[in-house]
Amino acid sequence: MGSALVDKSKVVIARDTMLRGSGGSVDSGRLLKLLDRAMQSLYSTDTAMEAWGKLVRPGEVVGLKVNCLAGQGASTHPILAEVIAERLRQVGIKDIVVWDRLSSDLERGGFRPGVKRPGIRYVGNDDAGYEDNLSVYGDVGSRLSRTLTRTCDAVISLPVLKDHGITGVTLALKNFFGAIHNPNKYHPNVGDPYIADVNMLEPIRRKLRLTIADAIMAQYEGGPSYMPQWSWPFNGLLVSRDPVAMDYTGWKLIEEERSMHGMKSLEAMGRKPKYIETAADARHRLGTNNPARIEKVTV
Amino acid sequence: MCSETAQRDEACCDYDSLPISGSGELVLWGRQGAESNCPRFPFDRRTFLKTAALPCLATCAFGAARAAPGRMPLAGAARENDSRFVVEARFYERLPYKKIKCKLCPRECVVDESERGYCGVRENRGGTYYTLVHSRVCTAHVDPIEKKPLFHFYPGTMAFSVATAGCNVNCKMCQNWEISQVRPEQVRSTYVPPRKLALLAKQSRCPSIAYTYSEPVVFYEYVMDAADAAHALGVRSVVISGGYIQRDPLLKWCQAVDAVKVDLKAFSEKFYKEVVNGELKPVLDALVTIRRQGTWTEIVYLVIPTLNDGDAEFKALSRWIKSNLGPDVPVHFTRFHPQYLLTNLPPTSIATLERAKSIADAEGLHYVYIGNVPGHPAESTYCPKCGRVVVERLGFTIASLHLRKGRCEYCQQVIPGVWPA
Repeated sequence: MGSALVDKSKVVIARDTMLRGSGGSVDSGRLLKLLDRAMQSLYSTDTAMEAWGKLVRPGEVVGLKVNCLAGQGASTHPILAEVIAERLRQVGIKDIVVWDRLSSDLERGGFRPGVKRPGIRYVGNDDAGYEDNLSVYGDVGSRLSRTLTRTCDAVISLPVLKDHGITGVTLALKNFFGAIHNPNKYHPNVGDPYIADVNMLEPIRRKLRLTIADAIMAQYEGGPSYMPQWSWPFNGLLVSRDPVAMDYTGWKLIEEERSMHGMKSLEAMGRKPKYIETAADARHRLGTNNPARIEKVTV
Repeated sequence: MCSETAQRDEACCDYDSLPISGSGELVLWGRQGAESNCPRFPFDRRTFLKTAALPCLATCAFGAARAAPGRMPLAGAARENDSRFVVEARFYERLPYKKIKCKLCPRECVVDESERGYCGVRENRGGTYYTLVHSRVCTAHVDPIEKKPLFHFYPGTMAFSVATAGCNVNCKMCQNWEISQVRPEQVRSTYVPPRKLALLAKQSRCPSIAYTYSEPVVFYEYVMDAADAAHALGVRSVVISGGYIQRDPLLKWCQAVDAVKVDLKAFSEKFYKEVVNGELKPVLDALVTIRRQGTWTEIVYLVIPTLNDGDAEFKALSRWIKSNLGPDVPVHFTRFHPQYLLTNLPPTSIATLERAKSIADAEGLHYVYIGNVPGHPAESTYCPKCGRVVVERLGFTIASLHLRKGRCEYCQQVIPGVWPA
C-alpha cells in the first residue's frame, strides 16, 4: 500500500468462466488456481507460494476481514476464505481469524463460528469487543474492533464487489466500516469523507496488507442487500495492495455493467462514490484513483 | 444529544444514581427511606440545608461503588432477550424491495433490509422498521429538575431520569457519547417497561420522569408509552432533546409530555452541518411547533469558544426567539467543557457567558440564565417587573422561593412556567 504513489498500483482482475461447477456451486480447486494466478501476477513471482511468502511472515496472526451483512448471495464466499487460509497455512501461518461486525452476520454469510477448524477462528466484533478509547481522524471518531487492534498482526480484506444504495459502491475502503463501533454515523454525504477517514485510522493503515475482492457474484444495483435480479456472475477476484485503486477499478466495472443494462450512472443517481477521490487526495494518500497510475492486469 | 451529562459532573454535587446490577435489575442507590432527599416545594432555608446535605452524603457513601453509566465493555452486552426491546416503529414508509424510509427525524434515512438508520437503534427487518430500544434503559439517575435544566417547571423537585442508547445527530462536543453514539447492544441495559418506570419514579418520590442524556427522539415510542403510564400514576414527563424531529411525531409528543427542553446548539446552519451533523432549520421549526402547542419550553445554548460565541450570533438568536417564541421562553447560556471530539478548545469563559446574557437581556428576553457556573447570580430567576429574586438558586438547589401561585410575591407579576398549585 505504501508504494502506491511511487509506482503504479497494480490491480489484478482474475476470472474463470468455469469457476462454478455444473451444480452452480463454486469449484474450490478452480478457485484456488484462480487465486494463485492472481497472487503470482500481483507479486510478479514464479509461484504462488513465493507471493504469499512476501505477504506474511510465519507465526503472524492473520485476520481475514470478510463482509457478511447481506447474508448469503451478496457476502464473501466462505470457500474463498478457506482457500486463502489453505495458502496461509502453507507459508507458516497457524492462527487465522475470520472476522466481521457480528457473529450473527458471519453465520448468515455461511461461516460457522461454532465449528472448530484447526488454525481458524471465527469472531464477531460483538463477542471480541471494541476498544474503550476513541480513534480519531478527520471527521471520524470511533472505537475500533479489538480483533483488529489486539489479535491480528496483519489483515487481508475480503470485500464483495457490489453497488451500495447510499455510498455508491462498497468494496475495499468501505469494508472497514465493519471494524468500527458506529458505522451508522458515517453514511451521510455518500460516505465522504468518512470512508476515507476510517481507513486513515492507524491500526487499519498499519495492518492492512492486501485486498482480495470477492467478485464471484457481483451486484450492480440494489446493494448492499442481495438482489439476484441485479447480480451478475463475474466469476472472478480483484486483488490489489492499493485499496483506492481497487475501489476505482471496481467502481468502473459496476458502471460498465449498469450501462450494459441501460441504467443511469451512479453520478446521475446522486451517489457517485466521491470518497474514492478523497482517499487519494494529499491529506489521505491511501492510494491512487488516477487511471494513468493504475496498472490493470487481467489474468 | 443532550447537554446534560449522565456522569459525574465536576461542577456539582452528584445525586443518587440507579446503576444496573449484574443481574440486570435496577439498583436504587441510597434511596431506601431517603424521603428527605427529595425536596418538597415550597421549602424554607432549613429544608434547603437538609436536602442539600443528604445527597452529598449519599454520594460519599455510594460513590466508590457506583458504576459509571455507559462505560461497560462493548462486547456481548445485552444479546439475550433482545426481543423484549423490539417494537415496530411508528413513523416510517415502506419502499420497494423491502427498503424503508424513516419519518421520525428530518434525516429521513432510507434503510436497506438488515441495516440500521443513522441513530443506530432502528433496524429494518424484512421490510418492517423496528425500534430496538423500547424499555431498554442504559442509564438511570434521580436528578434535580434544575440539572436538566428546567428552571420554570416544578423547581426544587427531582426527576427520575432515564436514557437508552442512540442519537440522531453526532455532536462533536457530546458529553454522553459513550451512550449516545453506540448501538444498544454495545452498552449494558436493563428492561424497564413503561409501567415499571412510572412506578419507580413514584416510589422514588419524583414528580416527573426526564427522558434525557442521549436523545429521546430515537426512543420515541418508549417515551410515548412511558408518558402515558406515568400520567396514569400522576407522574409528569419532560423531554430533554435536540429538537431534531419531524412535525407529525412532534405534535403527538407535545400532547403526551409536559415540558420540552431543547438544546439549540448554535444559530448557524454551518455549525449544525460541521459540528452537529444535523440542520438548524428543523430545530427552529420544532421550537415554534412546541411553543404553539402550549407545551412548556426552555432552551439551552451551549456556548463553545470560537464556534458559536459571536456577538452577532447571540443577537440574531435572541431576536429570533423573541419574535418567534416570545420573550418569556427561558434561555440558558451554559458553559462548555472539552469533551469527545472537541478536546482542543478551552472551557467557556464566564465573561463570554455574561456577554451572551447581556445581549439577550438587551434584546428583551425576560429569563436569561447562565449555566454550569455554580454560584453565579444568573442562576436565579428575577422578576422582570420589579427586578427582585423570585427563585434563588445555588447550583441545582433552591435557596429561596418568592413565588405565590406563579406570581412574584413582591409585585404580583406573573412568572411564566409550570408551578405547583
